[in-house]
Amino acid sequence: MHALLSVLIWLPIGAGVVILLLGDRHIGAGRWLSLAASLATLALSIPLWTHFNTTTAALQFPELLPWIPRFQAYYALGVDGISLPLIVLTAFMTVPVVIAAWSVIDSRPAQYYAAFLIMEGLMIGVFSATDALLFYFFWEAMLIPMFLIIGIWGGPRRVYATIKFFLYTFLGSVFMLAALIYMYVKSGSYSIAALQALPLTLLEQRWIFVAFLLAFAVKVPMVPVHTWLPDAHVEAPTGGSVILAAIMLKMGGYGFLRFSLPVTPDASRELDLLVIALSLVAVIYIGFVALVQQDMKKLIAYSSIAHMGFVTLGAFVIYEIVRNTGNVLGAGMGLDGAMVQMVSHGLISGALFLCVGVLYDRLHSRQIADYGGVVNTMPVFATFMVLFALANSGLPGTSGFVGEFLVIIASFRASFWYSALAAVTLVLGAAYTLWLVKRVVFGPVTSPRVAALADLNGREFVVLGALAAAVLLVGVWPAPLLKVMQPTIHHLVSQALATKL
Amino acid sequence: MEPVSLQSFAPAIAEIFLAFAVCVILMAEVFAGERRAGLTGTLSLLALAAGAALTVRYGHVTHRTVLFDGMYVADELSFVLKLVGFLFVAVALLYSRTYLRNRNILRGEYYVLALTALLGIFVLVSANNLVTVYLGVELLALSVYAMVAFDRDSGVSAESAVKYFVLGAIASGALLYGMSLIYGLTGTLDLGEIAARLHAPLHPGVILGLTFIVVAVAFKLGAVPFHMWLPDVYEGAPTSVTLFIGTAPKIAYFALALRLLAQGLAGTTAEWTQMLAVLAVLTLVVGNIVALVQSNLKRMLAYSTIANVGFIVLGFVAGTPDGYAAALYYTLAYVLVALGSFGVILLASAKGFEADRLDDYKGLYRRDPLLAGTMMVLMFSTAGVPPFIGFWAKLRIIQALWETQHLWLVILAVAMSVVGAFYYLRVIKLMYFDEPAGELPAAAREPGVRLALGINAAAVLALGVLPGPLLDLCARLIH
Repeated sequence: MHALLSVLIWLPIGAGVVILLLGDRHIGAGRWLSLAASLATLALSIPLWTHFNTTTAALQFPELLPWIPRFQAYYALGVDGISLPLIVLTAFMTVPVVIAAWSVIDSRPAQYYAAFLIMEGLMIGVFSATDALLFYFFWEAMLIPMFLIIGIWGGPRRVYATIKFFLYTFLGSVFMLAALIYMYVKSGSYSIAALQALPLTLLEQRWIFVAFLLAFAVKVPMVPVHTWLPDAHVEAPTGGSVILAAIMLKMGGYGFLRFSLPVTPDASRELDLLVIALSLVAVIYIGFVALVQQDMKKLIAYSSIAHMGFVTLGAFVIYEIVRNTGNVLGAGMGLDGAMVQMVSHGLISGALFLCVGVLYDRLHSRQIADYGGVVNTMPVFATFMVLFALANSGLPGTSGFVGEFLVIIASFRASFWYSALAAVTLVLGAAYTLWLVKRVVFGPVTSPRVAALADLNGREFVVLGALAAAVLLVGVWPAPLLKVMQPTIHHLVSQALATKL
Repeated sequence: MEPVSLQSFAPAIAEIFLAFAVCVILMAEVFAGERRAGLTGTLSLLALAAGAALTVRYGHVTHRTVLFDGMYVADELSFVLKLVGFLFVAVALLYSRTYLRNRNILRGEYYVLALTALLGIFVLVSANNLVTVYLGVELLALSVYAMVAFDRDSGVSAESAVKYFVLGAIASGALLYGMSLIYGLTGTLDLGEIAARLHAPLHPGVILGLTFIVVAVAFKLGAVPFHMWLPDVYEGAPTSVTLFIGTAPKIAYFALALRLLAQGLAGTTAEWTQMLAVLAVLTLVVGNIVALVQSNLKRMLAYSTIANVGFIVLGFVAGTPDGYAAALYYTLAYVLVALGSFGVILLASAKGFEADRLDDYKGLYRRDPLLAGTMMVLMFSTAGVPPFIGFWAKLRIIQALWETQHLWLVILAVAMSVVGAFYYLRVIKLMYFDEPAGELPAAAREPGVRLALGINAAAVLALGVLPGPLLDLCARLIH
């Protein structure tokens, strides 16, 4: 079991390379191979979960090989309660992407599957790297397949969208790299644990915090650096949108928890209001923006930004809680909520993009106005779509409720106004999501093209069914998830509240 | 005086053999004539292979050895750089053959000039005396001027050769003048002696001489504002020559900066690092921003070269052995990538068709997946994206800058690498996202060259995934 994480990283990458070599001529075999590889990765992520010791915050399944002796950089992997759920989420979400592409992607299919599998490996690498240089290596390498996915298989404005996506994320990341190298020069190590333990003056922490904020805020994305996301989502092919929303955005949140809070706790304490303010703007302002969208994908994209606002809010509200109540345990709830929200948003937004993909494959339009009365011709699909829409608006019993509820309670401990403002999302989220459903799914059949729609085929049913089960499972029984995270969150709270000065 | 034994010349085997091989190839060309145009090419590749083998066998020195009355130094650095020179020139010549044949300029003199240029590189790499430095600089430069003008029927080539020659002559003048000042004030031409005799307080004349030398070095490297020749020469020269001047000579100019500034003029490090810092800032900004608006790929790569030179200069700005090691690593990484990118242009060109406009690369993926894939790897590498070697090169430079507390240079360097990413991405966009524009001639088949190009790209990836050995090597060579 010692190399389990390595297998999770390199198995999909290796399979991706093989598919690339097989080429489009053997795409029949290539499809089955990519399905097999993604299922195998998912299957192998299960022992990761079941053998995970939920009583310790220590890194588990550690692997350590010398990589670049000159920089004291190691090929160092390990998981804790923060990375484990995200790794499993990554493995889980790649399978529907592969299945959803089955009969839809005609142009250069081998490269499509290869890109997603390679990206899966790289994303798991990001979450399991415990060496900052290795982390950055995966973090940046991941941009390449995504850049190609949007650029090759995307919509009409794909070139603009993908270059914008690449440059925004690249811009944020290089400053993080500069900060990491600075800390390496100071500490002589790239190990994330060493960086977390490195004493830094307040001035240094401020600079480093800002560098991290640039990198992670772009990824999350936070207002005002969010504008790449709607473009990228609209133009990306369905699979690209799913991975982007479900996993890539989580890397920003993961970065805040892994780097910003523990490495620069004093700067985080000092600048927490900045992040909280930006989060609340995302929740409210972007909620209104979502309301007026005419394009389904764009609407879900904006809804993603609003929902991710909860993640950053939950992560940074902890300082205010401790300031007001002195209650350290209460602070953990904000982080719990942030984590659950990330997992839940991964499932829900992925599912919603797949739903839009189902409609788009049939009518080749993403405009809300082109639909109406879909329930009459696609009742099974409508059931799923309504379920995911309700989950997106935070209905109890679905995963969407748990994360938002935890964050709102936590922010109430910090300030009544935070929670009041955050709770606006319950209204806004319900408004834009349900209005979307009303216009697309319900009502009379509006056009002959809608009347001719065929309901879900077997593949689509399996994909949406699996996601629906996951959304309900996390919503009804979040305890296992919270239990896995708990020791790590405790440890993180103590790190974030400690001072390095 | 010690008796001179044949053995004592062994460290200079690379130069001795190369000079000998040049003569033999010239004669072979005379006797074989134009009937067997490929002969000299094959002989040259054989000579490079044999030279590399002889250097490995006899030219290795375990410690710094000074030869020829202190004119010449052999150390591990020169040993490795010569081997790298053999390799890069061999690859450059291999990539060029079809291109030269298609343009009816596949003549023996081309290869002879390339080999004399390499000889100049070797002399420069092993220089331990101002005269040797100048000898190497001129031998390299004169060979290259002639190569740029090699396509004698092309007006553009002739124009850029004249421009290169005139500006190059001015730079040589500046170099000589600077050297004469240093010589006059220290009374020695020996680089080691100069280093020993230069110490604070510095005579103002030394600073003046240093300034002229920095100008000459900046000209040779192509640092702004002494970069004017570079885009015109890159664009105007036959692409095979652009490939040549864009690769192996960079190693020589790295050695020039190292031997002259970092070793000979070590006593003035504080002064020249400041001068270079200004040059580096200008170079990074101008190179990256002007590259954005180019429509000719060769010209774009020329400005990209300038931008990359900015990073190499930044390594020297650090003024520490670590910075020089970073600059060396960056130079090697850059040359490896430049070889491949110009190689792609050579292969994509056909008889009567020069694939040098960016638009010629539209939809290249559909026409030729291997070329497009190679170019994509190389472009991501120069943009500094892992898992390719260019990432480590940039990382190494930034690290050297942090070690010497250059906060603003770090910020400028990373910001400019984002600007740079845009035009590299544009090439990928043209190749992968756009549809082919009209019918273009198919790229050359050339399985051997394709294999070499594939290995070139694979090396960029492999050295990016496992950068340790090369990083260690560079650090060891400098310390």
